[in-house]
Amino acid sequence: MQAMVQISRLNKSFGAHHVLQDINLDIEAEKVTCVIGPSGSGKSTMLRCINRLETPNSGTITVDGELIGYEREGANLRELSTRRIAQQRARMGMVFQRFNLFPHLTVLQNVIEAPIQVRKMAKAQAEADAMRLLGQVGLTQKASAYPSELSGGQMQRVAIARALAMKPQLILFDEPTSALDPELVGEVLEVMRELATTGITMVVVTHEISFARDIGDRLVFMADGQIVETGEPKEMLANPIQARTKEFLSRIK
Amino acid sequence: MAVQEPAEPMLLPPRHHWRAVAAVAVSVVLAAFVASLAGNPNMQWDVVGNYLFSGQILDGLANTIILTILCMAIAIVLGIIIAIMAMSGNPVLYWVAQAYIWFFRGVPLLVQLVFWFNLALLWPRIGLSLPFTDIDYTISTNVLITSFVASVLGLALHEAAYMAEIVRAGLLGVDSGQSEAGRSLGMSDGQLLRRIILPQAMRIIVPPTGNEVISMLKATSLVAFIAGGDLMTAVQNVYSHNFRVMPLLIVASIWYLIVTTLATFLQFYLEKRVGQGFSSVASRSKRA
Ligand SMILES: Nc1ncnc2c1ncn2[C@@H]1O[C@H](COP(=O)(O)OP(=O)(O)OP(=O)(O)O)[C@@H](O)[C@H]1O
Ligand SMILES: [Mg+2]
Repeated sequence: MQAMVQISRLNKSFGAHHVLQDINLDIEAEKVTCVIGPSGSGKSTMLRCINRLETPNSGTITVDGELIGYEREGANLRELSTRRIAQQRARMGMVFQRFNLFPHLTVLQNVIEAPIQVRKMAKAQAEADAMRLLGQVGLTQKASAYPSELSGGQMQRVAIARALAMKPQLILFDEPTSALDPELVGEVLEVMRELATTGITMVVVTHEISFARDIGDRLVFMADGQIVETGEPKEMLANPIQARTKEFLSRIK
Repeated sequence: MAVQEPAEPMLLPPRHHWRAVAAVAVSVVLAAFVASLAGNPNMQWDVVGNYLFSGQILDGLANTIILTILCMAIAIVLGIIIAIMAMSGNPVLYWVAQAYIWFFRGVPLLVQLVFWFNLALLWPRIGLSLPFTDIDYTISTNVLITSFVASVLGLALHEAAYMAEIVRAGLLGVDSGQSEAGRSLGMSDGQLLRRIILPQAMRIIVPPTGNEVISMLKATSLVAFIAGGDLMTAVQNVYSHNFRVMPLLIVASIWYLIVTTLATFLQFYLEKRVGQGFSSVASRSKRA
């Protein structure tokens, strides 16, 4: 299997705090990779390094074979202009814990904003695509509502449609259901479950172990800025090898 | 005796004895004041009536409005640029912006107006001229900097320093998740600012800017000091000839109050518009 994302010797510090320590990880194309781990272990930071919302201190990340954030200059790497980095980001979607919908725009406007601004798509085309995506997440009737008029679950489904509107090869989810009331978690997971069948590459940081078990193709356990263990989810959840994985899983069950 | 249905008790508001007393007291004082003004021969109300719509006064009023709009427009654009410079990672731009705000906010407006008006004392000619060549595109400063131009420069550059602070507070007030969401969609810094951050910052920027417009409207009266041609200049011109100072100040006050009132309505309307999509407005429109 070909890797969609290759993370190699990735390091990231905030001040003296060494948050990511020499991370190596390959993420397979067209698969669902779930990332679990205790709070503060660096899961979000790793995800944000992939689309360069954070700038790593060292190491390289490639997405679909293309080096993120740098170009080769002889033996060295030269940082790309913000414009080029923006172009690279346009090919990856991201879904945030706190939704981060644009509150001054309607649901439809949220979804068509980037296709029109970034992809220079015609408005009619963008709207047609957006309505199809809103159908996919079950929110066609809310197209002209403002985010403040939606429930958390609905907001997160709009956020997924907004990310998909850019036709990304890869979509990053950072705890997409952690800010939701328990009864709203299911509707978002259902949308993600269906998305997984479309062949898009998904990286999902989550606390939903059942989602990781049922939908994940691969499970990654992180602790203290390191990848402790990876494996096939059902196998790894049933028989964790590392002591820290065992300890973490026993605490959350 | 007939059996009476127990009557449903009526719900009465609390009694406000002191409100009534206060209302009467205020009314009496106000009435006495108005009567003494209205009947005061020194007020010369007929003069007020004669000048309220005179051509000279209306020309001054038009200039006041033009100055206010023009200077605020320049100040807003310049303020946005300075705010962005102050927030950019570039240390040169940061310090230029800080120095601008420090200087133009620190020197009194009247001093700045007189400075611009007398710029010729510093540089008699301005423009481009290269030493040791024939290239000399300069113009007499006194021709270029008329009292109107000096008024615009003084008011707008001073105001831009205040607008920069207002815009900066507005930009900082937008949740950082918004720029992360925009970035993750591949938007450039410019697109992010124009389409996502500024529209949301407007909600924070508009109310204090409305106050700035009203302050600006009144600050334009300072340009009378350099014969800037505004309403106050017109009023001064008239009373320096006929010595009817009080009635002409009343004329000016009436016009300032009328324009301020209109500006307040405009501010109210704008605040509603930029609040679109934010919860208080959304719930208001749902209730309606
Ligand atoms: N911008 C930042 N500045 C300073 N420290 C940060 C920053 N972002 C994250 N950190 C720190 O880095 C560490 C890892 O953070 P990260 O958000 O990646 O953890 P996480 O695994 O996603 O945790 P959680 O499950 O709570 O979301 C934490 O200790 C956090 O405090
Ligand atoms: Mg996190």
